Amino acid sequence: MNPAALLEVEHLTMRFGGLVAVDDVSFSVAQGAIHALIGPNGAGKTTVFNCLTGFYKPSVGRITLNSPESQATFLLEQMDDFRIVRDARVVRTFQNIRTFPKMSVLENLMVAQHNHLMRASGWTFLGLIGAPSFLDAEAASVERAEYWIDRTGLAEYADSEAGALPYGEQRRLEIARAMCCDPVLLCLDEPAAGLNPSETEQLSELIGYIRDHHHISVLLIEHDMSMVMGVSDHIVVLDYGQKIAEGTPEEVRNDPAVVQAYLGSDDDDDADAST
Amino acid sequence: MRPPFAAPLLRDAVLVAGIAGVLAFPFVGLLLTTQGTAPTLSTRFPEFAGAVVLIFFGRLGISAARRGHSLFPIVLGVAMATVGAFSLLFETAGMAADSAAPWHAFVPGTFLATVASAGGVAIVVVAGRNYLLGDSEPVARKPLPMKQLLLWTGVALAGVAIVLPLLPAVDRRLIDVATLVLTYVMLGWGLNIVVGLAGLLDLGYVAFYAVGAYSYALLSVTFGWSFWVCLPLAGALAALFGILLGFPVLRLRGDYLAIVTLGFGEMIRIILLNWYDFTNGPDGISNIGRPSFFGFQFASKPAEGTESFHTLFGIAYDPVHRLIFLYYLILALALLTNAFTLRIRRLPVGRAWEALREDEIACRSLGVNPRNTKLSAFAIGAMFAGFAGSFFATRQGFVSPESFTFIESAILVAIVVLGGMGSQIGVAVAAIILVGLPEYFRELQEYRMLAFGMGMVLIMLWRPGGLLTHREPTIRTRPQPASP
Repeated sequence: MNPAALLEVEHLTMRFGGLVAVDDVSFSVAQGAIHALIGPNGAGKTTVFNCLTGFYKPSVGRITLNSPESQATFLLEQMDDFRIVRDARVVRTFQNIRTFPKMSVLENLMVAQHNHLMRASGWTFLGLIGAPSFLDAEAASVERAEYWIDRTGLAEYADSEAGALPYGEQRRLEIARAMCCDPVLLCLDEPAAGLNPSETEQLSELIGYIRDHHHISVLLIEHDMSMVMGVSDHIVVLDYGQKIAEGTPEEVRNDPAVVQAYLGSDDDDDADAST
Repeated sequence: MRPPFAAPLLRDAVLVAGIAGVLAFPFVGLLLTTQGTAPTLSTRFPEFAGAVVLIFFGRLGISAARRGHSLFPIVLGVAMATVGAFSLLFETAGMAADSAAPWHAFVPGTFLATVASAGGVAIVVVAGRNYLLGDSEPVARKPLPMKQLLLWTGVALAGVAIVLPLLPAVDRRLIDVATLVLTYVMLGWGLNIVVGLAGLLDLGYVAFYAVGAYSYALLSVTFGWSFWVCLPLAGALAALFGILLGFPVLRLRGDYLAIVTLGFGEMIRIILLNWYDFTNGPDGISNIGRPSFFGFQFASKPAEGTESFHTLFGIAYDPVHRLIFLYYLILALALLTNAFTLRIRRLPVGRAWEALREDEIACRSLGVNPRNTKLSAFAIGAMFAGFAGSFFATRQGFVSPESFTFIESAILVAIVVLGGMGSQIGVAVAAIILVGLPEYFRELQEYRMLAFGMGMVLIMLWRPGGLLTHREPTIRTRPQPASP
């Protein structure tokens, strides 16, 4: 066991009936680093995410989060999804965008600070009478939201409906919203899907910024290999639910098992890989 | 000159008139009457022909107007309206009563004449707009400043509501109807929290109304407690029921939730009907305490040693005082509901309700506890229904399960949907349309359901999101300081 690790995934297995979507996968995520989870379609990447964030209860395995601030340890596999966000502060985004389309961008970011604001509003009672302590907390939350709105380049959309935003902006809104939950681990499920190269470039910068300036670990699922290789500190490769390789981008790129998983083992395909 | 659009338009109009003819023949063309004992089949071919011809010209005018033509539909519309108006005049002048006259068969009946005039006017209006705007594309209109508009509409509506009983032209009947409408406005606003904000389609809302009414009735009759003591208790009990009924449906959404809540609504009514020892079953509870003006009764002869409302103010006794007091009572309760909703929308819990309506999975991924959020919406919505129920009980002085049938829930959901989910003013306007107008035109009772259905179809066609769909964000960014 690595004492410096933020997240430890041990022997994670997820079965759906007879199908083993994730089979005995173990890996760890270091504090303040960007980790990527890659693999061909159907390799079980999103299932791992769903187990991490409580949307699925794993069949076997243990997922430990060592909170860097409070020294507390959370066993994520035993927690409800919203408790994982609230207490362990592991926050995810979705492969298919899930904003609140009829609400404004700012409102989306305020919902992300719900638990904090609920406490500040005295479970609504202080809020109803407009207590100064609540108004202060609300102003602070707006300020935090505006910080992330600026960071993600959404300033001109701040008060417009989230559903009316262009696709790339909605993706960035999801990241801004996740950051407003004050995470210790940010899980991004294919954040670059559907983005053009320059938007992908911006996204890589944003993810790097989150790591460097907020010291937040990022776990990333992504198909865009140039982005993954450029931004990640560490890569885990899954295929058919099993971990087939792990290491730095350089190690993974040259791993024969990875090349085989992605490109097949035929001679013709090897010829393709060399081009 | 023969306009080039004639052929497709004519074909379309003939087709529509043909369909109408097939549909109308058995209903309009044939008439089954009983003469003596034997049913006889008589025919009404002139009426039938009149209806088909009317549909032909109406369709022709409407399609021409909608394709942007102006002159032809205006002429047609004016002609239709004139024919319709003359026929109506004919009827009212009593000339048509002379059924022996040979031309009688060719005068359309009142209904056809009314439809012809109204349709003609409608065609002229649509075509006239084309004429005024010219043939150009619809101009991109400047968006209305909705926020100010809604604010002032709300203020104006509230102002009218406050001065209404003081107007000289207002009689008891209007106050009664207005009180009923305000009850539905309040219930609509309460349901708006559950359906409009939290997106939980509750078809059993009337159950909480019933809980509130029976709570007040039983507390008042059993313990003799006053309205002002029972009101919060009734609200609290209804909220408790909201939580109790909310627990089992936490995992349901959409249609499934609607069906289960519908069942709960009926369960409450059936329990009230059958638990005779407690609720007095179908006989209901009577002699419920009337509300007092802060302890002063509305009675012509006050009990010994007490003062009555009219002696307190030194005015003559008038039974309308109580009606006006009840009116202001429900107005105050409704405005309280409105103020509460507007406020809580801007609090974290209100935003969480709306977020839950938008996407429950995303809510979970942001740490919002869906159970607590849903239950709080159910509880608060039910609380306002409980208040309204207490008011209902004290106004009627009598409650029985008959007042809490499914149709009440259906009307309330219709009010919220028609008004525009989540829109407070929309709900008020919809309540006036759906409850006030039918009540005021009781003479036309047979046509009420017809008008109801027609209104719903029109709303679905033109404003599928409800009358008012504008949504103002609950919070805005601070204006950026102007850069130097």
